[in-house]
Amino acid sequence: MTRNALLEIRDLHATVEGQEILRGIDLTVRAGEVHAIMGPNGSGKSTLAQVLAGHPAYVVTAGSARYEGKDLLAMTPEERAREGVFLAFQYPVAIRGITNAYFLRAAVNAIRKHRGEEQLGPVEFMDALEEKLKVIGWDDSYLSRPVNEGFSGGEKKRNEILQLAVLEPKLAILDETDSGLDIDALKTVAQTVQKLRRPDNATVIVTHYYRILTHIQPDVVHVLSAGRIVKSGGKELALELEEKGYDWIREAAPVA
Amino acid sequence: MMEPYVKDFQAFASNGAAGAPPWLREIREGAIARFAALGFPTMKQEAWRFTSVAPIAEQHFTLAPPLVSRLPSPAVVESLALGLGPRIVVVDGRYAPGLSSLAGLPEGVQATSLAAATRAGPGGELARRHLARYAPWQDNAFAALNTAFLADGAFVHIAADTALAQPLEILFLATSGAGGGAADGPAVSHPRSLFVVERGARAALIESYASLADGVQWTNAVTETVVGEAARVELYRVQREGRNAYHIATTQSRQERDSYLALHALTLGGSLARHDITTVLDGPGAELILNGLYLLGGSQHADHHTVIDHAQPHCASHEFFNGVLAERSHGVFNGRIIVRPGAQRTDSKQTNNNLLLSTEARADSQPQLEIYADDVKCTHGSTVGPLDQTALYYLRSRGLSPETARSLVTYGFAAEILGRMQRPDVRERLDGLVRAGLA
Ligand SMILES: Nc1ncnc2c1ncn2[C@@H]1O[C@H](COP(=O)(O)OP(=O)(O)OP(=O)(O)O)[C@@H](O)[C@H]1O
Ligand SMILES: [Mg+2]
Repeated sequence: MTRNALLEIRDLHATVEGQEILRGIDLTVRAGEVHAIMGPNGSGKSTLAQVLAGHPAYVVTAGSARYEGKDLLAMTPEERAREGVFLAFQYPVAIRGITNAYFLRAAVNAIRKHRGEEQLGPVEFMDALEEKLKVIGWDDSYLSRPVNEGFSGGEKKRNEILQLAVLEPKLAILDETDSGLDIDALKTVAQTVQKLRRPDNATVIVTHYYRILTHIQPDVVHVLSAGRIVKSGGKELALELEEKGYDWIREAAPVA
Repeated sequence: MMEPYVKDFQAFASNGAAGAPPWLREIREGAIARFAALGFPTMKQEAWRFTSVAPIAEQHFTLAPPLVSRLPSPAVVESLALGLGPRIVVVDGRYAPGLSSLAGLPEGVQATSLAAATRAGPGGELARRHLARYAPWQDNAFAALNTAFLADGAFVHIAADTALAQPLEILFLATSGAGGGAADGPAVSHPRSLFVVERGARAALIESYASLADGVQWTNAVTETVVGEAARVELYRVQREGRNAYHIATTQSRQERDSYLALHALTLGGSLARHDITTVLDGPGAELILNGLYLLGGSQHADHHTVIDHAQPHCASHEFFNGVLAERSHGVFNGRIIVRPGAQRTDSKQTNNNLLLSTEARADSQPQLEIYADDVKCTHGSTVGPLDQTALYYLRSRGLSPETARSLVTYGFAAEILGRMQRPDVRERLDGLVRAGLA
């Protein structure tokens, strides 16, 4: 294994509902890096993200994924989260009746407990939250609302960013968090990612747009097509995709 | 088996209740006749399609004898009361003055036994004006039976522009099966309540039903509430009777112009519960929040039939009922919304969400919209389903254990309803009961 590789994916195959979606993914993300993954609709970007987060509907049929040298795929979703993996969902989920504040604190405390840190009470937690809220331009009113319930598309994405900011993961995977955001919110995402950019953690950004990458400056850009990474390059690859589309690199669709 | 009740009625009418005023005796005579004509409902009737009252109909419940030896100790009452303010205690349908504590009620607030209110004085006039005017005893056999045996319960009158700062609790205790009595067979009590909140007054009232024992018992309650012009009322109702209790209830409200009523119904107890809640929005600008939760387990069966009657224009009603059903329990929700001709600009919303925690649990949800006006906004939605796997996964992906995720998602169904309760003190107590019920 490469030294200081935070995430190391080898020949990863995964199916959903018996259909193979990931067809041999190889990807290494080192601490301190930001990777972007682009690719056509349905190419498997979210599938990859969900496999890494531990979604029970996706079945890994071959290959491996190691996180900090450990077998990521053998861990439960909650173990992954407690170890520092965070997925910002493309489609965040609503939890009826549970306030955002309660949810966030439960998540923080679950992770703190795992690290052997003290639990935060409601008051201490709110204090710690204040500054993060400011960053995403929110007031307290979003905290007393049930998680994502009745949130607009952009608000749901902001809520994912808030969780990212609060949980401070080691490996953040952002699945189209920039889609549906207004220009200010987009900058917020970029700022939050930049803030988290430290020598000991890494971010994977799944996106369709060059714009977010101009704010974030990824180290590597990958193109995922039909379940494989078909091209990797620098930031200029994203610009090239923006201009030319995917046709020139698109892999033949799998024969189902 | 109706005949025994008719016989019991004759005994009741000639003995203990003989002192009642003629108008009340007349109502009772009419009600027992209606009961005899209607009989116990069967599942062949549309309104009872999912609920069998055979366990009640197939045996005879003697009329719970008047208190005396059965009075619970103050400590027991204390443990069952929410204890957030003054309270009326009603034991087996009879007002228990020694257990009630009504000190400190503001001027203009009358809280007393219904029996006293039906006798003489200005209260008697009020009772006569309102009692049995709203509850549908002509059509509903259980309301008829309650009305036939109408003797006592709670009476609350809040004078115009009076504000009741603390919530007033009415605790109904059923003692049947608690032992100690000679004839400790299954007994029925018919607690009756009348709440009259006059123009511009404000109050929070709590009706709480509990059992002193797990014996077979039947509570057949009727509550009538009048919310006067521009009055604001929060009516909490908690049913947490014993595991062998049958609880049948009618909650009937009438709202006048610009009034506000929030009715919160929490059903936790009983083996068989049926609650008919009807509110008539009888003046323009009235607003109703009907907010209910049933939390069932074992083989509990609870049926909520609600009717929101928009009789006047410019009224709003928002109805939310959630059910959490574990083990072999069965929840029934029927939500009827009537918009009368001329009730224009009605704004009505209804939702019923049911969470099935086991494959054997069952929920039946039926919206019933009857709209006879054209300029109205009416929406309804209902769901029945198991725990949302995606929600559980989302929570786990944030580090929560599967157990915590499950209990959070489950509690969320209850929290949604609790969250609409406006008094923090009451909400907190009920939250405690709910958490205990979910544990
Ligand atoms: N639960 C599922 N059941 C059936 N098919 C699924 C399921 N989840 C994903 N798929 C299929 O897998 C393929 C890849 O989906 P995925 O969501 O990973 O694409 P994506 O690259 O994220 O696309 P987009 O850019 O539109 O978000 C699609 O063809 C999709 O229809
Ligand atoms: Mg996707």
